[in-house]
Amino acid sequence: MNAPLDAAQDALTIARRQAEVVAALRHVVPEHCVMYREEEVRPYECDGLSLFRELPMVVVLPETESQVQEILRLCKRLQVPVVARGAGTGLSGGAMPHAGGVLLGMAKFNQIRRLDARTCTAVVQPGVRNLAISEAAAPYNLYYAPDPSSQIACSIGGNVAENSGGVHCLKYGLTVHNVLRVRMVTMDGDIAELGSEALDAPGLDLLAVFIGSEGMLGVVTEVTVKLVPKPALAQVIMASFDHVETAADAVAGIIAAGIIPAGLEMMDKRATAIVEPFVQAGYDLDAAAILLCESDGTPETVAAEIARMTDVFERSGATRIQVSASEAERLRFWAGRKNAFPAAGRASPDYYCMDGTIPRRQVGRVLLAIQEMEVRYDMRCANVFHAGDGNLHPLILFDANDPDSVRRAEDFGAEILELCVQVGGTVTGEHGVGIEKINQMCVQFTREELDAFHAVKHAFDPGGLLNPNKVIPTLARCAEYGRMHVHAGELRFPELPRF
Amino acid sequence: MDSLLSDLRARVILAQASGKPVSIHGGGTKDFLGMKGTGTALDMSQYAGIVSYEPTELVVTARAGTTLVELESLLAENGQMLAFEPPHFGPGATLGGCIATGLSGPRRAAAGSARDFVLGVKLLDAHGRMLTFGGEVMKNVAGYDVSRILTGSLGMLGVMLEVSVKVLPRPERELTLRYAMLEAAAIERLAAWGAQPLPITASSWVAADGGGELRIRLSGSPSAVDSGRARLGGDVVPAAEADAWWQSLREQTLPFFAARPLWRVSVPPVTPPLALGDTVIEWNGGQRWVSTTQPAEAVRSAAAALGGHATLFRPESIDEARRVGVFHPLDPVVEGIHRRLKSEFDPQGIFNPGRMYSYL
Repeated sequence: MNAPLDAAQDALTIARRQAEVVAALRHVVPEHCVMYREEEVRPYECDGLSLFRELPMVVVLPETESQVQEILRLCKRLQVPVVARGAGTGLSGGAMPHAGGVLLGMAKFNQIRRLDARTCTAVVQPGVRNLAISEAAAPYNLYYAPDPSSQIACSIGGNVAENSGGVHCLKYGLTVHNVLRVRMVTMDGDIAELGSEALDAPGLDLLAVFIGSEGMLGVVTEVTVKLVPKPALAQVIMASFDHVETAADAVAGIIAAGIIPAGLEMMDKRATAIVEPFVQAGYDLDAAAILLCESDGTPETVAAEIARMTDVFERSGATRIQVSASEAERLRFWAGRKNAFPAAGRASPDYYCMDGTIPRRQVGRVLLAIQEMEVRYDMRCANVFHAGDGNLHPLILFDANDPDSVRRAEDFGAEILELCVQVGGTVTGEHGVGIEKINQMCVQFTREELDAFHAVKHAFDPGGLLNPNKVIPTLARCAEYGRMHVHAGELRFPELPRF
Repeated sequence: MDSLLSDLRARVILAQASGKPVSIHGGGTKDFLGMKGTGTALDMSQYAGIVSYEPTELVVTARAGTTLVELESLLAENGQMLAFEPPHFGPGATLGGCIATGLSGPRRAAAGSARDFVLGVKLLDAHGRMLTFGGEVMKNVAGYDVSRILTGSLGMLGVMLEVSVKVLPRPERELTLRYAMLEAAAIERLAAWGAQPLPITASSWVAADGGGELRIRLSGSPSAVDSGRARLGGDVVPAAEADAWWQSLREQTLPFFAARPLWRVSVPPVTPPLALGDTVIEWNGGQRWVSTTQPAEAVRSAAAALGGHATLFRPESIDEARRVGVFHPLDPVVEGIHRRLKSEFDPQGIFNPGRMYSYL
């Protein structure tokens, strides 16, 4: 049979399959919840990283938990892959649709079911935005601590899927430390509750493995989060350094002094040069690196901590130190840090965004190695990152119209990630593996370790229908080697602050 | 250490080949928890030693057989601590046993549980292969978080060889306050304080003459502790007595804990008094130790009705434990996931079979 005939037959098969699935879905959800025409499904073709696009065969937007159960049961019966998604702000292609699958949009699950100031908990549906929880808790002087920079738009279901962090996570922990209970639907259509509103649950800690599982183990329908009392005051120190190594040593000095800052972030010279014209935060453009170091708590605690932090920075050789004198100034100091992504988009037509974590003591070494790579690859790289927990976000600036530039940027990025693994770190600290970093998983893990991940997947989803071909590479896949690539216009929601 | 590791691997490979289970243990201080092991002993206590410790990284990595005493004294020398304050239940307590049982002490409600501090684990799997999950970094979302699921797994998924845990600076100052108060009032008071930014890092309520006594511990900078003290009133407990108090709670050396059977009831912290039997409260109300002769079914259904669960922490006898089970029964869907996880990781059932649930 020749190729055109094959394609025609495939198209026919796909159309039949689509019709079959649409008809079945219409038995379990109202007609307006099912979409399959191209113009209807086009908006779902990718998540925040639009390099990876695929049109889903069908989009279904359930309105009740029992509809989710019915949808999963019928998908299992028909052997249709299912990709769940929330706000779609993820950065690793984790919610990229499956061409022959159902995209399960959870956007209609957007209610805060209960917010109890007495127990400091909120029970929310997965489509509730991260920031909306803190807004609802604000009248009680409580908030939800994990604060990914995209918190204005990202949903709590996605936070659970990615184990999201934020600048506060050094002190307040990641999603896994702030979620008490998840109610989810298995691929069999059964309800499972993981964790509880008590402080623990019997058996294995399935909640811990579910959080950060990138939609591979079940579909979240309800989340109980822990709320924490709002600190009375927060202040941030902005400190300049002549060398990135000195700045890195100052980070270690803060920890060695027994202080856990509420946030501890670093920007190198390239990053401040890119960001300052964009946000006018007043960054020291002469510094090789600046640190933003926040203290929060009672006014007495903040005063004492700021004094101790200032002392550490002075002894570490800071060339300039500024302490925010007002809430407006504190937010201005943070503005550039939080807007680095859109700022980089203005400074260069294209960039690769890496997301690796390294032991803190390696920060100086890795940043110097990156500087050396800049010379070797003849490319610019800006560094803005979570210094307190060693989570780097090198942004490699390049020009996608120049094939040689693309090739060099790819090699540059790969070398950085491999260096992260080599110095004892990991290929993703917070953006997730998704489809984007699936090949890098082969660098970090052995065949046996990948087998163990498959075992976990199999225990939750034996048929492998949930978000297939993501996160955990097959051994065949490891024969290949991928790269991540962000092109101007390919990153959706460019207006959202990142990291 | 290499020959010890080779020996452990050989033992596991033999167990796998023969289908004869092993019973993993270190210092044996928590053997009482769960059902009795049926296999031949796999002694981890010699597989000991600190692998790496970098105070400025807030991470320590040690072999499973390392005693908590050794680990904690090293951390203390550097002004740091295991913030979940794990119970030892004896001088031989090891890091492996601490993570395998997943037990946490007085600071749990404020700082987090054992699993919250586990960053990475090296595991010997059923085929005798050494696998690494997580690592020594704070943020890591590459693959599933297998190291956290191993916390509290009672050795049923494999042999933990090394564990990396996050450590925290010791507070600059601590102060314990006490109040004469009935149980219900103490629970209410703890709930009210919990919604405010106060540096409370431990709490307890015990019955005492005339009703009961609530104690709380404040930790932090001297100024934060002082301002907390000014706001909260109460009587100051002398430092040595305070330390001894939290120690006796953590290690269960108070006379109360001699009661058998002793139940651990985990409930949402604001739950009113349980009225099941004599009670000691910790974790802002989230952990209730109950001495009762009520039937297991009654204790469990009461806990479940309140959104919690109950563990027969120290049974009256092995027979009792065998008859009613130690751990709260699982919901059928969650049980199914447990069964599949066990059979995926340990298809021959060689690791601590039946220790958690008879079917695992």
